[in-house]
Amino acid sequence: MPQATADLFSSPCLQFKGSMVPLTTLELLYFEPDKFSEELREKVKQAPNLFHNLPIVVGLEKLAEAHSPLDFSLIQTLCEQEGIRLIGVRTDAPEQTSAAQTAGLAVFQPSRGTRNAEAETPVQEPAPSAATETGRDEAQPQRVANRVITTPVRSGQQVYAPGGDLIVLAPVSAGAEILADGNIHVYAPLRGRALAGVQGNASARIFCQSLEAELVSVAGQYKISEDLQGEHWKQAAQICLDGEKLTIKAM
Amino acid sequence: MERVTKLSKIIVITSGKGGVGKTTTSASIASGLSKLGHKTVVIDFDVGLRNLDLILNCERRVVYDFVNVINNEASLNQALIKDKYTENMSILPASQTRDKEALSKEGVERVLNELSETFEYIICDSPAGIEHGAMMALYYADEAVVVTNPEVSSVRDSDRILGILHSKSRRAEMGLDPVKEHLLLTRYNPERVQNGEMLSVQDVEEILAVPLLGVIPESKSVLTASNQGVPVIHDQQSDAGQAYADAVARLLGEDREHRFLDVQKKGFFQRVFGGKA
Repeated sequence: MPQATADLFSSPCLQFKGSMVPLTTLELLYFEPDKFSEELREKVKQAPNLFHNLPIVVGLEKLAEAHSPLDFSLIQTLCEQEGIRLIGVRTDAPEQTSAAQTAGLAVFQPSRGTRNAEAETPVQEPAPSAATETGRDEAQPQRVANRVITTPVRSGQQVYAPGGDLIVLAPVSAGAEILADGNIHVYAPLRGRALAGVQGNASARIFCQSLEAELVSVAGQYKISEDLQGEHWKQAAQICLDGEKLTIKAM
Repeated sequence: MERVTKLSKIIVITSGKGGVGKTTTSASIASGLSKLGHKTVVIDFDVGLRNLDLILNCERRVVYDFVNVINNEASLNQALIKDKYTENMSILPASQTRDKEALSKEGVERVLNELSETFEYIICDSPAGIEHGAMMALYYADEAVVVTNPEVSSVRDSDRILGILHSKSRRAEMGLDPVKEHLLLTRYNPERVQNGEMLSVQDVEEILAVPLLGVIPESKSVLTASNQGVPVIHDQQSDAGQAYADAVARLLGEDREHRFLDVQKKGFFQRVFGGKA
C-alpha cells in the first residue's frame, strides 16, 4: 500500500503517553537464595498460567535489612528459572537503588498509596464495614477518582480505576480483567478476574452480585476459581483481607 | 476519506471462532434481504480461504476479486458478481492467492464508500480469528451479527469479538453510537440441550447479554444447501431456512416470535416407524 506508507511517513514515528500499567509486586521480607527459590516455585505451582512470563517488580518496603545492598542479578536469575521476568525494583534506599541499576533493572519510587497502606496495615484489624469506610478515607485523603462502567466488560478487555473505586453495572465476562486501587463493585455476575487495592491498599474489598470469578485479589493476596468453589459460589459475596488471609463472606 | 452519503448499512457477520456458520449466515442473510427487495452486496473478507463463492455457487464466475479492487487492478463493476437466485444481490469474492494483509484500511474504506452509493445493505463475511482480516471486516460496521454455537468455547470467542467491536471499531474509535449487536445462535439442537449436552438459549443470552436475533436449528438441510451452492434460506420447507427468514425479518425491525427452541414431539407414525423429520 504505497499511498498509506507515504501518509505514515509524514507523521512522527513515536509519541509518549502517560499510562498506568498494572504490575505484580513481589514483596521481599528478607533474602535467602535457597528459601526464595523454593517458596517461589511453590507459588508458581499453584497458578502456572498466571505466572508464566509475568513481569514483576520487587518491593523492598518491608525488607528487614533495608540498607545492605541485595544481589539483584541472583534474584533475577532465580525468578527466570520459574519463568517470571523481573523488570524492576521498588525502593527509595540509595544503596538498593545503585545495586538495582548495576544489575540493569528499573527503579520505581514507592507510591504514596503504598506507603500509606504500609503505615496502616499493622493497625488495621479485619474490620466491620463501617470501620473499613473510614480506613479507606484515611488511605486516600483527597484523591477519589471512582470509575463507573455501564456496559459489559468482555473477554480480553481490561478496565482499571486508578486511585479509586471501580463500579461495574454489567457482567464481567470470563477472560476479562478489572482492577482498582480502591474497592471493586460488580452489580452483575463477576466471571473474570477482579483485583482490588492493586497499589497495596489492604482495606480494599470486592463486592459482587454473583461470585463466578476466575481470580479475585486484594492487595496482592489472591484466590483462583478452584479455591472459590464452595458455599459462596454463584452467590452475592464480598471479598476482603482478614490480616494476610483473603476471606469471602456472604452479603 | 469521509463517507459522503450514509444511506447504506454495513453489517458484519462475525464470531471469533471458526466453523460456526458465518459464511452460511452471510449468504442467507444477504439472500433474505435481497429477496425482500433490498439491494444487497455481500463481501468475502476471508482472503486466502475464500468460501462464500462456493456457498453461493458462483465460484466459476470469479474473474477479479476484492483485493484487485483495493489495489486498483480492477473496477468494482468488473469484480462484482450477480447472484444466481435473487435479483438485487451481488457478491464481491475474496482473493484466494493473497494474504489478509492485502486488505488496507484505506482500501477497504474506499470500496465500502463506493458500494454504499448503489447498495442498501453491505454484508461483510468475516474470517475467523481476531487478526487483521477479521478486524478489517468489523472496523466499518454499523451493525454486527455475532454467530455463536451453543458451546462454551464459541461463546467465549463471541464475547471477545463483542469486546473488540466495543473498543476497536470505527464507531468506538470516533465516539459515535456503538455498533448495534445481534446474537445469532446456530446449530441449536433442543434435544441435546434437554439432555444437558449443549448450552441453552438462556445460558448463552445470560453470558453474552446481547439481544437475540435468531436461533437456527441444527439441520441436515444446512449441509445439503451448502454443498449444492444454494443458500439455505431459499429452502423454505426446512426449519433452518424458515429460521433464517425470521432472523432477516427481525434485522429489518419486525417483531417475530422465536421458533424451533423446543423439542418437537414425535407424532404417532414417527414413533412407530422411527421416521425422522
